[in-house]
Amino acid sequence: MRVAVLKGGRSLERGVSLRSGARVEDALERLGHEVLPLEADGEMVKRLAAERPDVAFVAMHGSGGEDGTAQELLEILGIPFTGPGVAACGRCMDKVLAKHELRSAGVPTPDWFAFNETAFRELGAADALGGLEERLGFPLVVKPSRGGSALGIKFAENWFDVPEALVSAFSYDDRVLLERFVDGRELAVSVLGDEPLPVVEAIPQSGDLYDFEARYEIGRTSFACPAALSAGEAAAVTEAALGAYAALGCSGFSRVDLILAAGGPQVLEVNAIPGLTDTSLLPQAAEAAGMSFEDLVAKILDLAVDGDQSSRSGDAGRATRGAHTGA
Amino acid sequence: MPDPPHRRRAHASSSDLERYAGLFAERTRVMRSSAMRDLMAITARPEVISLAGGLPDTSTFPPQTFAAQMTRIAQESAAEALQYGPTEGFRETVDCIVEVMGAEGMLPDPDDVIVTTGGQQAIDLICKALVDPGDPVICEAPTYPGAIPVFCSYQAETIQIECDSEGMRIAELEDTLERLEVEGRRPKFIYSVPTFQNPAGVTMSLERRRRLVELARARELLVVEDNPYGLLRFGGEALPPLYQLDGGDFVLYIGTFSKILSPGIRLGWAVAPPPVMEKVVLGKQASDLCTSTLTQYFVREYFAEGRWREYISSLGDIYRSRRDAMVEALGRYFPPQASWTEPEGGLFIWATLPPYIDTSDLLARALREDVAFVPGQAAYVDGRGRNSMRLNFSAGGEDEIREGIRRIGKAIEAQVELYGALTGGSEAAHAGEADSVGNPSPSISDSAEADSTVVPFRKAEGA
Repeated sequence: MRVAVLKGGRSLERGVSLRSGARVEDALERLGHEVLPLEADGEMVKRLAAERPDVAFVAMHGSGGEDGTAQELLEILGIPFTGPGVAACGRCMDKVLAKHELRSAGVPTPDWFAFNETAFRELGAADALGGLEERLGFPLVVKPSRGGSALGIKFAENWFDVPEALVSAFSYDDRVLLERFVDGRELAVSVLGDEPLPVVEAIPQSGDLYDFEARYEIGRTSFACPAALSAGEAAAVTEAALGAYAALGCSGFSRVDLILAAGGPQVLEVNAIPGLTDTSLLPQAAEAAGMSFEDLVAKILDLAVDGDQSSRSGDAGRATRGAHTGA
Repeated sequence: MPDPPHRRRAHASSSDLERYAGLFAERTRVMRSSAMRDLMAITARPEVISLAGGLPDTSTFPPQTFAAQMTRIAQESAAEALQYGPTEGFRETVDCIVEVMGAEGMLPDPDDVIVTTGGQQAIDLICKALVDPGDPVICEAPTYPGAIPVFCSYQAETIQIECDSEGMRIAELEDTLERLEVEGRRPKFIYSVPTFQNPAGVTMSLERRRRLVELARARELLVVEDNPYGLLRFGGEALPPLYQLDGGDFVLYIGTFSKILSPGIRLGWAVAPPPVMEKVVLGKQASDLCTSTLTQYFVREYFAEGRWREYISSLGDIYRSRRDAMVEALGRYFPPQASWTEPEGGLFIWATLPPYIDTSDLLARALREDVAFVPGQAAYVDGRGRNSMRLNFSAGGEDEIREGIRRIGKAIEAQVELYGALTGGSEAAHAGEADSVGNPSPSISDSAEADSTVVPFRKAEGA
């Protein structure tokens, strides 16, 4: 097949995307496909229209590629693509929207409040922050609503940390959420098709519980896959992950990040297009399930081609084609 | 298939990488965060006005001079120029170096000089010769961001001494030396960029220079003076380098042709007394045998023309206008709570913002406006510098500088307003903290320490 690999773009995760893309291109070539590497830039649509690949492998992370934008363009062009559809991407990318969906579907997720910049600038939302301590408690986590990796995520230990943490988070997005901090084991469940892969546990080595940046770096965090979980824990975690995947309408593949707390799993977020680099968690999970990276890429491609456009853009039967939910 | 990318064999699996990770030396573990690397990676987008680099302007170097010299080398000394050279460098290159150092009042013994592959290699070789894992190394706060990975890779314990408008605070240095002495430890050297410091742009006062040299003598400590910018002075009075004040007993010196001629030729040098030099030469031999012969021939030809000082002076004129443009734009577009240095030479301005602004996060907002700078944290080993930034004025034209500063100013203004809205205007209370212009504010450390304090406490969660 002729496979276009979409990578790069302007998002803050451009670097990761380029690494994911390069690795996917290698695997596709080894699988015998004709590869068309495509930088997500001003020429992308023109080249897609001219080259008419059989399928597009979306290896973009963050805004532009993981938020439904590229997917929408591919739908217009009628080119099948890998990973979740437009609406699912939009829901996953926006953590606030995703949490609302999770809550509605009965999937456990930590309590939160969300604000946009206008609320503070024009509506005096600062006065509403007083209720935070009572409702969420400290410490709490402040995150940009849209944004991947650890960028802009800060802990607030107390009331006085909140304004600064908000200023940081608003650097990445005009909407931020303040989330109850849940103590527990950090797990990631990748879902391929509708099948959960073995659970990965991230175990920070630095001892610094609040160092988000260390979390996915080899050497500073070690990863256990499959995670050492009891049968009951594994079942609860997998159920929550599949619940989240379905609630957000994901298809193809995605990765669900959770905390396993004393009271059970809590879903933090779903990455519509998780990293595919050599240090990324989805490939690790696939490997633990006995799949090589080529196997994984082949499977993702099959899912894109088999599960055709209509079933995907139906977003697992819960959203309409092209519905924009991420704003 | 259009332009296939260069072939790079992918790792077969993630466990391969884990396998390599098990082989990595301990010294590779001290690395910059991946988030910061990813952020810096997007500053390379063509539409971004980057004030993040440290590039000298090479566009005004006359191409015909370049062509004539390279042609002469090809015609007259092709075989020699294509051959290995001595590890210490050619005597003719050293003569050029002596001439350059003479222009700043220094008279090194040519036997004490080694030609290196850029000044960066000189830092590396000095560390290689002197530093064992765990050894204390002292430098300025902030310090040259490129020195930090070198110190880290030799597993030095890097101790940073706060700078103010007169450079490194010698009183604080003395306190630190006392403390180390009590602990029975001796720093291997004190690294300083005393003139037009990278990143802060400040110059160490004459009085402090004298005290530093006296201190080194009295305690028999080595000072490493890194002086890439000394000749790039476009205002004020030149001050004697530490090397000159000391005479070369306790001051090791690092110089470079990068800023006065070209960074592309990768030519720098180190000056050290014979016992140290012997070890440095052995280290250099192990690293790369010798510095590029070809570029040493180029420097020789260039200096033979005798116009190198004119070229530096023309660069000074260009940089002065660009600094003026940047300072003027800072005054116009940065909020009153910000402060910045006004260097009389070099390539950089250091700006300090209200303590509640984290410049790493600000960079994300700035990149949406297509402008980039170096977050201050890059110049510290300990997470300080969060509310500062390094701004380069040598690489771009004046209009670009003005526009870049305008865009950064816009991003800062958004943060300042937001903080004001969040705190009901108590933001004004911080205004005094980032105080006098030209002072990399002492409040840097206060606020950043408060910020980086990690309370070892996690609230137990019921659910």
